[in-house]
Amino acid sequence: MTGLRYVYAVCRPFGTPLQAELTGVAGDPPRLLTHHGLVAVVSHVPERDFAEEPLRSRLEDLDWLTATARAHQGVIDALTVVTTPLPLRLATVFRDDSGVRTMLQAREADFRRTLDRLEGRVEWGVKLYADQPPADTGAPADKPATGRDYLRQRRSSVRAHEDLWQRAEEFANRLHETLSAVAEDSRLHPPQNATLSGVAGRNVLNAAYLVPRSRSEEFVELVDRTKDETTDFRVELTGPWAAYSFAGEKP
Amino acid sequence: MTTPGRLPEPYGRDGSANLADILERVLDKGIVIAGDIRINLLDIELLTIKLRLIVASVDKAKEMGIDWWEDDPALSSGARRKELARENAELRERIAQLDPGRGQEKEA
Repeated sequence: MTGLRYVYAVCRPFGTPLQAELTGVAGDPPRLLTHHGLVAVVSHVPERDFAEEPLRSRLEDLDWLTATARAHQGVIDALTVVTTPLPLRLATVFRDDSGVRTMLQAREADFRRTLDRLEGRVEWGVKLYADQPPADTGAPADKPATGRDYLRQRRSSVRAHEDLWQRAEEFANRLHETLSAVAEDSRLHPPQNATLSGVAGRNVLNAAYLVPRSRSEEFVELVDRTKDETTDFRVELTGPWAAYSFAGEKP
Repeated sequence: MTTPGRLPEPYGRDGSANLADILERVLDKGIVIAGDIRINLLDIELLTIKLRLIVASVDKAKEMGIDWWEDDPALSSGARRKELARENAELRERIAQLDPGRGQEKEA
């Protein structure tokens, strides 16, 4: 039994070998399967985890999912160092090599078009966070003396919140505009939930930018400069990622 | 063959990259190809994938202590009812404070 085939990415043939110690999901090193000038990056995975039934329940297991997602991303990262990979979604699994070849052949034209579009480009993630203002802004007396005081305090606290979100939104718009000038393309993703991401503050902007490698340094410096422009908001940069957000067809 | 240009050092992902960032990409972005093993990630019962962040069944999430949606009015009708009831009670109390006479008059 040689197991199933897990496909990470499709790319063009590349000269530089992957790090020797690189392992993919299920601990198997990624292998290159070449067909008609396209390369599928594949590793062997066991049926006991990746056949349909077990996979379904495995995906509900957060520890397993975390390990698998990190291993998947690890292979994509290694590929990004040496080439421009088209990352596939997690858990794309075929029965055998010939299934992978058939898929490569069927999608050949798409892959080539997308590879041409993304060649030499990477994705940078930029997020903007705003911290909640303190609950009782400028109200030292906890208990309002009268109903009118209460309403006044409440109004001013609501106003402080609204003001903060509005300024955050304006800052986010400006930031997005500035970065879009250097990037070739961008995507705005839904903000991340703080409870799950474990990051403090409210995520106001969650954007991805497609940037040529040659302009990446410039892009990073630009983000660094905007970090210094504000003390109210936090700008977070992640990357370089493979062009995950841009690999699908244009919306 | 591709010869990638020089890239800046990775940012914000030193070994312990934010799991939400990784999951957001590997589960929700990238190319979708129907393999031989057909699993639609969106079919997996997920409250959290709806939030497009992380995968866990509701029970699993509760086990792990992730239960914040139960108190989030946008996600739970129970929380919405609780929120309304709380606001209602708070407003009643405030009205009573604003106009202490009224409640007694009525009772009289």
